Amino acid sequence: MALLSVKDLTVKFAMRDQSVTALNGISFDLAKGERIGIVGESGAGKSITGFSLMKLISKPGYIDGGQILFDGQDIAQMDEPALREIRGNQMAMIFQDPMVTLNPVLTIGEQMVETLRAHRKVSREEAEQIAIVKLREVYIPSPEERLRQYPHELSGGMRQRIIIAIALLLEPKLIIADEPTTALDVTIQADIMDLMLELCTTNKVSLILITHDLGVVNQMTERTLVMYAGRIIESGRTREIINDPQHPYTQGLINALPQQTVPGQPLKQIPGSMPSLNNIPMGCAFHPRCAYATARCKTEIPSTLRFGAVEVACHEVERLKAGEARANEVGLAKAKADGPATSAESANALADTTGS
Amino acid sequence: MFAYLVKRAFQAIAVMFVISVVSFAIQDNLGDPLRELVGQSVSEEVREQLREELGLNDSFFTQYLRFAWKALHGDLGTSYFFKEPALTVIFKKLPATLELVFGATFIIIGLSVPLGVYTAIKPNGLFARVVMGLSIVGISVPVFLTAIAMIYLFSVELQWLPSFGRGEVVAVFGHWETNFLTVDGWKHILLPSIALASIMLPLFVRLIRAEMMETLQSEYVKYATAKGVRPMRIYFIHALKNTLLPVITVGGVQIGTMVAYTILTETVFQWPGMGFMFLEAVNRVDTPLIVAYLIVVGFIFVVTNTIVDLIYGLVNPTINIARMGA
Repeated sequence: MALLSVKDLTVKFAMRDQSVTALNGISFDLAKGERIGIVGESGAGKSITGFSLMKLISKPGYIDGGQILFDGQDIAQMDEPALREIRGNQMAMIFQDPMVTLNPVLTIGEQMVETLRAHRKVSREEAEQIAIVKLREVYIPSPEERLRQYPHELSGGMRQRIIIAIALLLEPKLIIADEPTTALDVTIQADIMDLMLELCTTNKVSLILITHDLGVVNQMTERTLVMYAGRIIESGRTREIINDPQHPYTQGLINALPQQTVPGQPLKQIPGSMPSLNNIPMGCAFHPRCAYATARCKTEIPSTLRFGAVEVACHEVERLKAGEARANEVGLAKAKADGPATSAESANALADTTGS
Repeated sequence: MFAYLVKRAFQAIAVMFVISVVSFAIQDNLGDPLRELVGQSVSEEVREQLREELGLNDSFFTQYLRFAWKALHGDLGTSYFFKEPALTVIFKKLPATLELVFGATFIIIGLSVPLGVYTAIKPNGLFARVVMGLSIVGISVPVFLTAIAMIYLFSVELQWLPSFGRGEVVAVFGHWETNFLTVDGWKHILLPSIALASIMLPLFVRLIRAEMMETLQSEYVKYATAKGVRPMRIYFIHALKNTLLPVITVGGVQIGTMVAYTILTETVFQWPGMGFMFLEAVNRVDTPLIVAYLIVVGFIFVVTNTIVDLIYGLVNPTINIARMGA
């Protein structure tokens, strides 16, 4: 049985006169010990997905429908006391910016001890001992001293290590990491990712990694979900998604990587930008930015199609797969040059940049 | 720590210097001291002679130096009315005022924290709306009106509490007589304290509420929730501690201001403190007493602000007092 099974999850935000849909019926499974990545541009709904798994979406957001089955229990239906049992205990979260995640007026020790004591009956001394062990696991030098220190006395990378240590304190089954390295120095990013990968593998913890960095996803995860405008538009094994992306949006994301560009040439961007939630286009939300869009794309929401281990939500995917279909369309010639042909090279480029 | 204190001491000296110059300038321009000292029958020649003897014909600078020199030796002149050193007069009145300020501060701290926190947690609740509405009324109505309304209600109509004076006081040491050791003393200080608190309390409730609501939106509060920490701990440990940092800064200044507000409260309640004394001194053109009052109040301001800065340093770990000013 899957550790986590999300079924048709819909999250809405109540605005003054209407409510906008931030997540539109997303479904996915996560096995025990499995690591998945959620990718997409800003505004795709990645972070909201992460937060709603813990039912941590703040007002005016609310879960409008669907199930979040974690260990067989539906988190979407839980009340606050039941959620408190799970949060930090069976499911831990790593936030985006370590500079603002820790409370500036409480010591590191205090913030670690309170987490333990919120879930386990341990004395302060015992809790501190556990905290020291966990700080060692994340390679924090002289952990005893760190417990007496305040967050501002530590660097960003050090703070994120401490947040990882806090996530591991109660040996959770699942860690949700929301862009854990976006706010950090590039040189620290690789260290933190290596550390997370190591800890997740040795402790057999499932990981949901939310990021817009495809290189990181390639390095860290086994499966990937690509999100656009509140829906999962492509999902499958990470290697396949990066080597052979099916959805035009995924293709665009991979082609937009700087490694895909000849030095000195402009980067290959996806034209346009992510629609705002209160103005999501009819039909396939991606159609205004898609080079392959047809009349059908503008009116009908594509259903998810399965090709082997990959699921894609695109009307034109079969046409894209068949090369002749593309050749017939004169107008698509340019798009084709920027299109999926380069994806084999992209995987190599990714391997080069992320290989540690 | 030592370096910081020395630095603060120099700042305090600079502030006191400015206050003394301004106060002294007032003395120099507030009527003719001789008119208060001698009767109308004294001839112009004698007046001129006295003026020369008292040094009133010297330049402003010389007079100020003489005044400052005496002030440093604890002599702020002699009250025309009480025929006593001005400082002695003030020190006799000081305990009554300080006890009043203490009573009001106690009410403010005791009520503003729970009310501010509650209205921040449940901003749309009925109770929160009532508190916020009342706080607007509290800020808008002047102290003397609140005081008179309370006297009418509690002293005249209900006859629960006395309307004037300190009542039964107990001598503690020196001039210090306290209200807090007798039931009668408590009864007497209650209404004046509430009246004095009435202006600052709403301000503090609103300040704590605003800061608290902002803190509750912060990432670290969300993170604490994600760790499974209990709501009460999140409100009172995670959020309130951060909320209080700006509140302490504002609060320190306001406690100083409250000493000034005692003039109104003490006058309405005939409270024998130095605010009441100051108003009388103004009526009698008792210049040395006015000047001494200004200097003492200025000194209280400087001291409270220094203490507040030190407390702020203790509460805020990002400020290291031990290393400050070094």
